[in-house]
Amino acid sequence: MSDFSIIGKPIAMVDAAGKTTGAGKYTDDLSVPGMLVGKILHSPYPHARIKRIDTRRAKVLDGVVAVVAGADAPKTYGILPVGHDETALAVDKVRYVGDNVACVAAVDEPTAEKALELIDVDYEVLPAYFDPEESMRTETDLIHNGKPHNIEKDYHHVFGEPEKAFAEADYVAEGRFIANEVTHAAMEPHSTLASFELDSHTGNLGRLTVWSSTQVPYYLQHKLSLVLEMPMFQIRVIKPLVGGGFGGKSEVIPLEIIAAVAARAARAAVKITYTREEVFWAHRGRPRTIVDLKTGVKHDGRITAVKARVVQDGGAYCSYGVVTILYSGALLGALYDIPNIQYDGYRVLTNKPACGAMRGHGTVNVRFAFESQLDEISAKLGIDPAEMRRRNLLKPPCVTINGLRVQSYGLPECIEQVVGRSGWKQRKGKLGKGRGLGLGCSHYVSGAANSIIRSDMPHSTVNIKIDRDGGVVVYTGASEIGQGSDTMTAQIAAEVLGCSLSRVKVVAADTDLTPIDIGSYSSRVTFMAGNATLRAAEEVKKQIASAAARKMNCAVEDLVFRDDSVFQKSAGKNSRVTSIEASASGRVEGQILRGSLQQKRKEEGSKAWMSFEEAVVAAIDFHGALTGTGSYAPPPEARGGKHKGAGVGPSPAYSYSAQVAEVSVDEDTGEVIVHKVWASHDCGRALNPVAVEGQIIGSVWMGLGQALQEEMVWKDGMLMNPGLLEYRSPSAIESPEIEPIIVESIDPEGPFGAKECSEGSLAATIPAIANAIYDAVGIRLHEAPFTPERVLAALRAKKNAKPINMTEGIDPTAPTRFREHGGSLWFRGKGPERHPLDPARRDTIVEAGGDD
Amino acid sequence: MKKELIELKVNGRTRELAIEPSKLLLDVLREDLQLTGSKRGCDDSSCGACTVLVDGTPMLSCTLLAASCEGQEVTTVEGISEHGSLAAIQKAYGDWGGAQCGYCTPGFMITVKHLLSVNPNPSEQEIRDALSSNLCRCTGYSQMYEAIKAAIEAEQKGTAAAN
Repeated sequence: MSDFSIIGKPIAMVDAAGKTTGAGKYTDDLSVPGMLVGKILHSPYPHARIKRIDTRRAKVLDGVVAVVAGADAPKTYGILPVGHDETALAVDKVRYVGDNVACVAAVDEPTAEKALELIDVDYEVLPAYFDPEESMRTETDLIHNGKPHNIEKDYHHVFGEPEKAFAEADYVAEGRFIANEVTHAAMEPHSTLASFELDSHTGNLGRLTVWSSTQVPYYLQHKLSLVLEMPMFQIRVIKPLVGGGFGGKSEVIPLEIIAAVAARAARAAVKITYTREEVFWAHRGRPRTIVDLKTGVKHDGRITAVKARVVQDGGAYCSYGVVTILYSGALLGALYDIPNIQYDGYRVLTNKPACGAMRGHGTVNVRFAFESQLDEISAKLGIDPAEMRRRNLLKPPCVTINGLRVQSYGLPECIEQVVGRSGWKQRKGKLGKGRGLGLGCSHYVSGAANSIIRSDMPHSTVNIKIDRDGGVVVYTGASEIGQGSDTMTAQIAAEVLGCSLSRVKVVAADTDLTPIDIGSYSSRVTFMAGNATLRAAEEVKKQIASAAARKMNCAVEDLVFRDDSVFQKSAGKNSRVTSIEASASGRVEGQILRGSLQQKRKEEGSKAWMSFEEAVVAAIDFHGALTGTGSYAPPPEARGGKHKGAGVGPSPAYSYSAQVAEVSVDEDTGEVIVHKVWASHDCGRALNPVAVEGQIIGSVWMGLGQALQEEMVWKDGMLMNPGLLEYRSPSAIESPEIEPIIVESIDPEGPFGAKECSEGSLAATIPAIANAIYDAVGIRLHEAPFTPERVLAALRAKKNAKPINMTEGIDPTAPTRFREHGGSLWFRGKGPERHPLDPARRDTIVEAGGDD
Repeated sequence: MKKELIELKVNGRTRELAIEPSKLLLDVLREDLQLTGSKRGCDDSSCGACTVLVDGTPMLSCTLLAASCEGQEVTTVEGISEHGSLAAIQKAYGDWGGAQCGYCTPGFMITVKHLLSVNPNPSEQEIRDALSSNLCRCTGYSQMYEAIKAAIEAEQKGTAAAN
């Protein structure tokens, strides 16, 4: 089918009205009768042994129903099978400021908060590690047993002969790049409501229902079963509307388990909603990454080899860490043709909140380093950066040196598009003092070809039910988190069945009702759940078609499903016109006069078209019931090589992006202003262009935040900016115009040719801006974000001018970034008194625990 | 704390409520009136997801005592739909991708409604200035400008109600 009726049309999200009217329900909007409020006691220390925990005083407070601590659910869990290092509540040790110690379930919030103060905990403070390179050197007081040198995992990959290739290169660039830690800061704070019901037969606690703000309801079901030691079938996870995830809800967040543990102890429903500060502690964002990168090239710009040593500051738990560090290496391939790669990756534990998956998982920081270095090389060799990239393109279909299969490859067109639209050739280097253009490229997976829990089971399954009412109900486990997953599902079902979107109802992400889908992460939903929907719809369509063909006395192949009707292709255009009219009235007739209408049609005998409802009724008459199932598992060819760690990186398809950023730099203040970003993205096929553009703009915009202003600032393991005012994501004022350009490469395996569109663009933005800054003022920034302080320091270094010490007289132990922002308040008693629980006061106070 | 009786006029309807004098307007709306459209995104009036109109002025209900709004007219996102249909701005936000996850959207609805009531034909800069009081983490704001322009156009043509 070449022309589509619904695919490729800009349409409003199916759930848009619920969002704009406030009628849509997110987890925190839900309540059940008798529901209690849960509040969590967090650790004030970055690393300490719990010597004693006494909850008795809290338990007797009026209004408190239950208090739980580590011993109430000591089973370990973690999102990765190799990383089961978390417990619901700390069992013996706390490992970061904000670690979970105990939870109170009480009748209301003030009571719960009061009870938290009555929990007595004795800590034995241990040495803590905040810098990954320092952490790697230690031998004692390890954060986790069995992780020597606090290294969670290290990988050493060699593909081809990098050393030889470096020797043969005409020019080798080397440099260290640092990207600081950022977090998702989704607008909806995490929330979970857990409720047990009593079992009719045993009289004891039976099934558990959990409503949660999650991107992965099925993983949550699995981890709850592990920790609560209950069979999975006894646990139902329902995902209401989710207010943004970006990876921050793509694993099991402590409160999700804690709420269930508290509900079990309280024998009542418990809801926990994080405060914004707790969201920052829960974190799981993008780790601070130190990249030592070396690239060898020939005179003509052809890359001969790349060597990267990557150290990630992973925080206190494994989380997705092993996957993150593997992505950082694996995604060196599949963007350009790199014949030789050496990769050494270290995921290091430190006493800070755990880092995990965040939009562009694993690839973003390394891409910043790589694209910046490529720009450096272009300048050195005098090759235009766009031409430099053209000379290193892959020649698909191909398999990269590190085992990634590339089929559709829209990168060349992406580059042409942004170069053309931005006036690159005419304008680059000619914009005057302090203004410049920069180019960056990136790519990303359309879902991981291997699931976290390795198996040959499908990654997505979709069921479709069509009944006499003519309604199409699609049951999918795919999690709508604002990216438009439900809309995509409805579109595909409607397109295949040739019915209007209003007929399709999507029932999603309820483990009791919907077949398994492993979740909304690694940009997998359109590709995998989309393919499963396509297959399910085709299966149902086949059944309808066989019945309709009998009625119409024609071959199945001769039938067309379109515009709420089924008609014979050979009947030509006239029948199409009739069928459209029929669909307009058919809906009403179908509801009210169905019986008589059907009778009438039956009597008429065979004809050239049927309404969708008639065809459905005919199929039900014929088959008894009308359901279809489709599932998707990535093909074996797409699952990557055989080396250790080869499971991460392979994807059935990759998206491609190229971006040009136009910036100006104020040489007096160091302020960088981004004026415009041209962002092209190869998404295979844009199923819903308005949604695709939204995803491109959103990714670029989030990359812009990381490039210019977002950074988590730490002092002794304390987060200095745990709020939306201090952790500054760009507001409307700071957000430039972003011109999204859709490139369609039509992937051979994607649903209607579609691929990823929600993450890949982010990674290109940071280097595009860095390279534009170079074009504007000739400085190469090696540390993100490019704050005025860093820009100014680089500008002065370039002029060999004395650095300005903006931190003179300020607490020398405070982090530089914090000092630069006026973190002098507490130094030499100038500011307000520190909180008694502030670890910086640990030597001045005798006992902490806060029983005031 | 002992509860007191207050009368609150929300979305044109007067309700009598027994609440603690220290209770925040956002909590009263969400818990006592089940108007969960207004959201809590932060706790320190930095995100704007809880924005409501108090006597026509956008206010952050997360840092406003409910009792202090007695005798004033409170409008929440639930009060924006017109005659049971989507208001032009609500329809346009859907059509133009102004809402993705939707969590910040109620706050934006109120902010935009207020902007258009005081300035029916704002320039792009004026729109940006007005929207800077609210944070969104999905959209990068761009598609919101399109939505607002479309809504203004629809209002002028009077076509919104047709949908």
